[in-house]
Amino acid sequence: MTELTQYALSSKSGFGRLALLVFFLGPAVVIYAAFSVYPLIATMALASFTTDQAGAYHFAGIDNFILLLTDKDWRGPFWNALGNNALFFIIHMLVQNPIGIAIAGLLSLPALKFRATYRTLIFMPTMLSVVIIGFAWNLILSPLWGVSEGFLKFLGLGSLFKPWLGLEGSALITIGLISVWQFVGIPLMLIYAALLNIPEELVDAARIDGLSHFRIFFHVKLPLIMPTIGLVSILTFVGNFNAFDLVYAIKGALAGPNFSTDLLGTFFYRTFFGNQLQLGSPTMGATVATAMFLIILMGVCIYLFLIQRRLERHSF
Amino acid sequence: MAGTWENTKMKSMFYKAALAATALVATAVIAQAGNLKIESWRNDDADIWNSKIIPAFNKAHPDIKIEFAPTAPKEYNAALNARLAGGTAGDLITCRPFDASLELFNKGNLAGLNDLKGMANFSDVAKSAWTTDDGKTTFCLPMASVIHGFIYNKDALKKVGGTEPKTMEEFYTLLEKIKKDGTYVPLVLGTADQWESATMGFQNIGPNYWKGEEGRNALIKGTQKLTDAPYVATFKELAKWGPYLGTGYQAQTYPDSQNLFSLGKAAIYAAGSWDISTFRSQGSFEMGAFKAPPPAGQSDCYISDHTDIGIGLNAASKNAADARVFLDWMSTSEFAEIFANSLPGFFPLSNAKITVKDDVAATFLSWRGQCKSTIRNSYQILSRGTPNLENELWNVSAQVINGKMSPDDATKQLQAGLAKWYAPQK
Repeated sequence: MTELTQYALSSKSGFGRLALLVFFLGPAVVIYAAFSVYPLIATMALASFTTDQAGAYHFAGIDNFILLLTDKDWRGPFWNALGNNALFFIIHMLVQNPIGIAIAGLLSLPALKFRATYRTLIFMPTMLSVVIIGFAWNLILSPLWGVSEGFLKFLGLGSLFKPWLGLEGSALITIGLISVWQFVGIPLMLIYAALLNIPEELVDAARIDGLSHFRIFFHVKLPLIMPTIGLVSILTFVGNFNAFDLVYAIKGALAGPNFSTDLLGTFFYRTFFGNQLQLGSPTMGATVATAMFLIILMGVCIYLFLIQRRLERHSF
Repeated sequence: MAGTWENTKMKSMFYKAALAATALVATAVIAQAGNLKIESWRNDDADIWNSKIIPAFNKAHPDIKIEFAPTAPKEYNAALNARLAGGTAGDLITCRPFDASLELFNKGNLAGLNDLKGMANFSDVAKSAWTTDDGKTTFCLPMASVIHGFIYNKDALKKVGGTEPKTMEEFYTLLEKIKKDGTYVPLVLGTADQWESATMGFQNIGPNYWKGEEGRNALIKGTQKLTDAPYVATFKELAKWGPYLGTGYQAQTYPDSQNLFSLGKAAIYAAGSWDISTFRSQGSFEMGAFKAPPPAGQSDCYISDHTDIGIGLNAASKNAADARVFLDWMSTSEFAEIFANSLPGFFPLSNAKITVKDDVAATFLSWRGQCKSTIRNSYQILSRGTPNLENELWNVSAQVINGKMSPDDATKQLQAGLAKWYAPQK
């Protein structure tokens, strides 16, 4: 491919080369600039303004950020949402991704039957609307008409049942696990695809050397799919710190009880659009949005510079 | 094959185009015929406006044509603002209570209505939601309110031999009786959605403690604090409710609450009057209602009679004179009677005496004659800053009922939040 491109570029005159570049890159640059770069810059610009009583905008520099980080009534909810978000991410890293890897490992076993059926079933929740997921789990876990209490009683564990979605200590973990259930298909698919890419000869050689399936997975396959696991982790990170919809669908914009399920996304929504009698504030909303962007940017940078460079890549 | 398919497709496209053209012409005709257009978020009520309210008005004023043009509730504020800015908004504008409409008036979108004759038919409490902070100008005609109280299942009370409680103490005796009997969930309220705790709990029973308008105005003036005895007492009552609520009430949402009661599984429902129509269409048992019981020994009572819907005049309307005729008509008992009976649970705000045929709705309405009315204390002025008092109320009320926060701490948090930005409370 590269040789072809080089050939195409070198065979053209200066103008023709430029035209070719514009032809191929132009549409992407225009769309990306109009729908991604411009809104991002506009959001940051909006974050540097305040509104007065009459609704007029005044330039305020970084005052909004100082307010967000120092004022008790902004700082408290912000750190609370950030902490909850970190926990939400940890739940996904500890539960979603290991389960995804394990299921991908099982699915790639050569002797497995009904492979496509399992794959489809596990991926199904990812394609459902988040509103349906929220509604369905609300019903399943409902202490009034949910099936979960009856199911636990059937197992003789009825005393363990609690209204998990309504308790401060368990609401966020419960929503985190619902989200894991919904999105486990994504790491599964990516890692499954990476596993299929591993040449049969490597696995065969390991088997001839006498390794079990389990050890082949840990000592041969897992090191080879590390780059994909890195990719999955960073996708999880970005997805989790942008998360909003599931909490909104289950708990509403006030993310109760006592803000224990408040994520940066719901905090942003309340700030920007308001809630019941709270009027929305576009400028403070933009400030929160910019803070979210910076947090995600930092996370991605740490990954790129500290982790990705150390990952060993193998080409077959 | 391909040819026929192509053909049918062409035909259907042609029909669609033709249909669209007809629809365009039709809307143009309607727009011309309608002298007055009403903006509203109550799309549920379109049928009642078209079949009852407008025909009744046209009996007296056949020359004024009216079109009811509702928008979906969630989009209403944004859509209305856009139309007002673009000069295409209707002549009459349904008003949200308090700050949203006040903003429209301050921007010059709504006309002042002090000179409207019919305005005399409304009390100050009714007008408070659409009056400027200084009390001088009213810019929307009050249309409807919702009243808080408790709706109960008559079978359940019969089963345990209970009667409607007259005091808070009797209320708990009754709840205890129902709990002992075990057939019914004694009290329905869920804390998962949080607003239920604040609206159906705190704002429902509270007015008896802070003496309605007296306490509400004292908070606005700064002569009373949220840490004062009436507010602590209200939260102390809420703190006692937990044991009487359904299992896992912490995860019970508002639709769960409605279902629990309409399925006949519960005895008493902490209600807003708008629930009446839901229960009428779903429940198959006899219902009654009692007002929030005052504490023992208190002779006067207060109810939350919360102003919810008003109607105002677009300042840019070209048919202002006709619109004022219609607004005047809306202040009469004729309108009140039609409105109250078409929408049981929404009560007209005018002083006119009306008869409501739905017995539960009539019970709610009768409390206006027995008690003093007030509105929710967080709605006027006090929810303008950060932290937002209404949001805080949702949060702490749910926590108090969940047993996670003491009544004292709840009022301290509310007061600290309000004092932060509201000068009279500093």
